[in-house]
Amino acid sequence: MPKDHGIGASPKRREDVRFLTGAGNYTDDINVHGQAYVHFLRSDMAHGKINSIDTSAAEGMPGVVRIFTGKDFEGVGGLPCGWQVTDKNGDPMKEPPHPVLAQGKVRHVGDPIAAVVADSLEQARTAAEAIVLDIEELPAVVDMAKALQPGATKVHDDLADNLCYDWQFGTDTETTDAAFMNAAHVTTLELVNNRLVANPMEPRVAVGDYSRARDEHTLYTTSQNPHVIRLLMGAFVLGIPEHKLRVVAPDVGGGFGTKIFHYAEEAFCTFAAKACNRPVKWTSTRSEAFMSDAHGRDHVTKIELALDKDNNFLAVRTDTLANMGAYLSTFSSSVPTWLHGTLMAGNYKTPAVQVNVKAVFTNTVPVDAYRGAGRPEATFQLERVIDKAARELGVDPIALRRQNFITQFPYATPVAVEYDTGDYEATMAKMEELMDIKGFAARRAESEKNGKLRGLGVNCFIEACGIAPSNLVGQLGARAGLYDAATVRVNATGSISVLVGAHSHGQGHETVFPQVVAEMLGIDESMVDIVHGDTSKIPFGMGTYGSRSLAVCGSAMVRATEKIINKAKKIAGHLLEASDADIELKDGKFTVAGTDKSVAWGDVTLAAYVPHNYPLEDIEPGLEETAFYDPANFTYPAGAYACEVEVDPDTGKVTIEKFVSADDFGNVVNPMIVEGQVHGGIAQGIGQALLENCAYDENGQLLSASYMDYAMPRADDIPHMANYVVDHSCQTPCTHNPLGVKGCGEAGAIGSPPTVVNAVIDALHSGGHTHVSHIDMPVSPSRVWAAINGQ
Amino acid sequence: MYSFDIQRPTTVADAVAALATDEALPLGGGQTLIPTLKQRLSAPSVLVSLSGIAEMKGVCTGDDGALCIGGGTTHATVAREAASSYPALASLAGHIGDPAVRNRGTIGGSVANNDPSACYPAAVLASGATVVTNTRSIAADDYFQGMFATALNEGEIITEVRFPVPEKAAYMKFEQPASRFALVGVFVAKYAEGVRVAVTGASEDGVFRWTEAEAALSSNFSADAVPAAPSGDGMISDLHGSGAYRAHLVAVMTKRAVAAAG
Ligand SMILES: Cc1cc2nc3c(=O)[nH]c(=O)nc-3n(C[C@H](O)[C@H](O)[C@H](O)COP(=O)(O)OP(=O)(O)OC[C@H]3O[C@@H](n4cnc5c(N)ncnc54)[C@H](O)[C@@H]3O)c2cc1C
Repeated sequence: MPKDHGIGASPKRREDVRFLTGAGNYTDDINVHGQAYVHFLRSDMAHGKINSIDTSAAEGMPGVVRIFTGKDFEGVGGLPCGWQVTDKNGDPMKEPPHPVLAQGKVRHVGDPIAAVVADSLEQARTAAEAIVLDIEELPAVVDMAKALQPGATKVHDDLADNLCYDWQFGTDTETTDAAFMNAAHVTTLELVNNRLVANPMEPRVAVGDYSRARDEHTLYTTSQNPHVIRLLMGAFVLGIPEHKLRVVAPDVGGGFGTKIFHYAEEAFCTFAAKACNRPVKWTSTRSEAFMSDAHGRDHVTKIELALDKDNNFLAVRTDTLANMGAYLSTFSSSVPTWLHGTLMAGNYKTPAVQVNVKAVFTNTVPVDAYRGAGRPEATFQLERVIDKAARELGVDPIALRRQNFITQFPYATPVAVEYDTGDYEATMAKMEELMDIKGFAARRAESEKNGKLRGLGVNCFIEACGIAPSNLVGQLGARAGLYDAATVRVNATGSISVLVGAHSHGQGHETVFPQVVAEMLGIDESMVDIVHGDTSKIPFGMGTYGSRSLAVCGSAMVRATEKIINKAKKIAGHLLEASDADIELKDGKFTVAGTDKSVAWGDVTLAAYVPHNYPLEDIEPGLEETAFYDPANFTYPAGAYACEVEVDPDTGKVTIEKFVSADDFGNVVNPMIVEGQVHGGIAQGIGQALLENCAYDENGQLLSASYMDYAMPRADDIPHMANYVVDHSCQTPCTHNPLGVKGCGEAGAIGSPPTVVNAVIDALHSGGHTHVSHIDMPVSPSRVWAAINGQ
Repeated sequence: MYSFDIQRPTTVADAVAALATDEALPLGGGQTLIPTLKQRLSAPSVLVSLSGIAEMKGVCTGDDGALCIGGGTTHATVAREAASSYPALASLAGHIGDPAVRNRGTIGGSVANNDPSACYPAAVLASGATVVTNTRSIAADDYFQGMFATALNEGEIITEVRFPVPEKAAYMKFEQPASRFALVGVFVAKYAEGVRVAVTGASEDGVFRWTEAEAALSSNFSADAVPAAPSGDGMISDLHGSGAYRAHLVAVMTKRAVAAAG
């Protein structure tokens, strides 16, 4: 019997009632009395020198409150980068200024030049059209290789060139080179990890409000981490102390990483609310989102794999160009380095792994973390090159992976991380069973009868989640700690508010977190609610990303709940006239061990707040506890994925016929929500593999600037649920957090892109197109057709 | 969006009168025009909504057997009401956009707009249909004049489109992955007088008739008779496919349309 409550049960998501009935409270639903609206005049050039901005005509237009340009922000800090990467010579990365509004130059299409605040949005837009710009167009750098050529146009004139850093990590060059020299076979692959736009359903919104009476600022914003925004914006941009700045992130309609970062529009609305003495609201249009939300991925990589004569992996070496865009977004520098290089060992016991990354400035929108952040890029390279090696060597791709699996744990990789636990053989076997690999040949024959080519793609993946041990990331350049915090506030009559630092914007925390607390206390889940997303309510929180919420914030919540239990036992001991060491808590009742003497949960909580009969000399009244939790290590979810595709050789169109994931997430609190997370993650991975392509032309114009050209995955691009199998039954619990959980939010997006591409290549080879060793994502019909036809 | 006045006439005559105002534009289902206004790419002072004009709505069969569709008829209505009389046309209408688009967008708006990737123009041209306006009847061969260009004069309203019903027909659309408009769409219609083949999505000159295929199919209506792909010169080349790819798809989709027409 599956459980019907507590840990391991699948209650429906309680937050969905408000989301599905239109009762959510999103940032755009927040309207502050007297608010004005801002419209940003954005650059339509990729690169240009600002000679002058004449706002005089616009200022007199109807409804205009005030017009701001870069000049108004000269005394104000720029948007900071939260992670300092040190390059291979020991020098810090280049950190050019990132002004709130452009100063001197515009550096990408969408760079904000001026901001018009007016009584209505349409008035602001109309006035913006009357601003006279004199901007001298400069040549744009778009292609990363060209950006690094000597003499290339510089995105930032004060820097020597367009190189942000040249990073090397892992095994030293001598050892790595020796491994390649001794190899019986070397497989090389050059590939692109395509630039993506996250496209959460809710575009970004910011509302700035300022109270002159109390000299207090409030920012309502679409953020995954309100405390991080308070810290970055307060301390680095606007100089507002924390106690004078409240950041609220109410219901947020999806983030996928792109709502982690501190954006210019947030700083602007906060600043302008005080400057105009009026609340200021900005709501992004979808078109603005395409050119102002941080983009994801955009790596160009050469990867080499060395094998010995028995097909054991000897060494992996990679050379990557990583696009930073025009400015460093909040965590941009960490993505191609620490979130990417550290995963390059994958699930394999390769003795030598060396990662080289050059980060490059270009005249494009800044690039930062997007679901998986660095780990999808690592997985894609490694699992594609292994597949290519298997094909070149004529061995079974599953057997080649199996043979090289890490089987002993803990395992210290050559790229600094230590996997605490895992069982890659178990997930591989589970995948083979669910995929019915044995039946593939018959299914292929069936497809061929219909003129289609059928391919099978498999791969493994590993990721580092539960971000992150603060002392470790501090050594690596993080400018923040990555613990989290929770307060368990037990009310007098026994109901509970849990104030958590994690932010829920689709993950279902409001359902899952109470399952844990209710299980620990033996009370009904309906007695527990969580509170999140408001710096004035929650103790502190680093927010939600990197599949960290349950592993890190959930751990803090467990620790705080344990403190509650300890104190409640003391109160119960007093009420029952027994030693608290003898008190047991079960099913919401405190019992003296070995007796039938008991007191109910509600009596204990009432006693805490009405302490008439209470050990006031020993313990304080009240029942509220806070815990901060800093993880001892990352967690390492891993798994094996497979899919079958059909390729229409006449048109090049690829359809996914079946997808199977076998994941190891450690313990699972709510299986339904975990499955939903993986379904969504794989859908995004399929989007990256087959459809999504953020493309610029050579002049830095964004070609895919709307849904007319940027292809999002739709329901019918995803296999029917019967053929979309997500399994999490293989469980090696995390060894270092109290719940034994690893995190499941990103796995689907990390594991699935190579699965799809491996399957397409397999299909093409079965059709005799053996000259095709790789197709860059998105594997669109025209690219498949061009590959088949050698175009 | 700039502000504008809106008028809701109930007769074609009133609509024509309202459109005589400077900078007035007819509004069909708004599925193309409203997004354009939102982006401030168009600034009419008056929008004349055609959706309240009963005489411009509906599907019926004329005395000559042609299928007559009012210019203000939505895609969803055509999908439903032409299903038995002209299934290929109904199926085309039923695969435009999504339900919201089909319940608002109209045949008149689509044909007036003449987007080079739109579906209806292929059906109109392949069927040798007649575009009827408030002042005249225009043969399809004279009506389409290149990307977004038509024979319509300013203020002229499409009140009806008349489709001679073919013996056999099919529309095959290969979707552009993002917009799901036609990357290449081919409408094949077989009449007693011969076969007509119209191609949308492919050419820089908008919808066109593939005359080589028409000739070949008129003597032998089978997929095998479809000629080799036309040249890629003058075909649209963009993020979603080169001109050569589109040219290739023209032949593939024509074959599939012939096969589907049976
Ligand atoms: C998401 C989406 C997907 C779509 N997918 C497809 C697709 O797959 N295939 C496809 O073909 N189309 C597609 N469309 C376009 C859709 O078919 C539109 O409905 C159509 O192109 C315009 O029709 P409308 O009635 O909405 O016209 P409107 O947007 O109201 O008007 C378009 C233009 O025609 C003029 N006009 C309107 N009616 C008349 C008339 N009766 N006489 C003269 N001029 C008139 C207007 O002044 C305007 O210039 C899609 C649209 C959307 C939003």
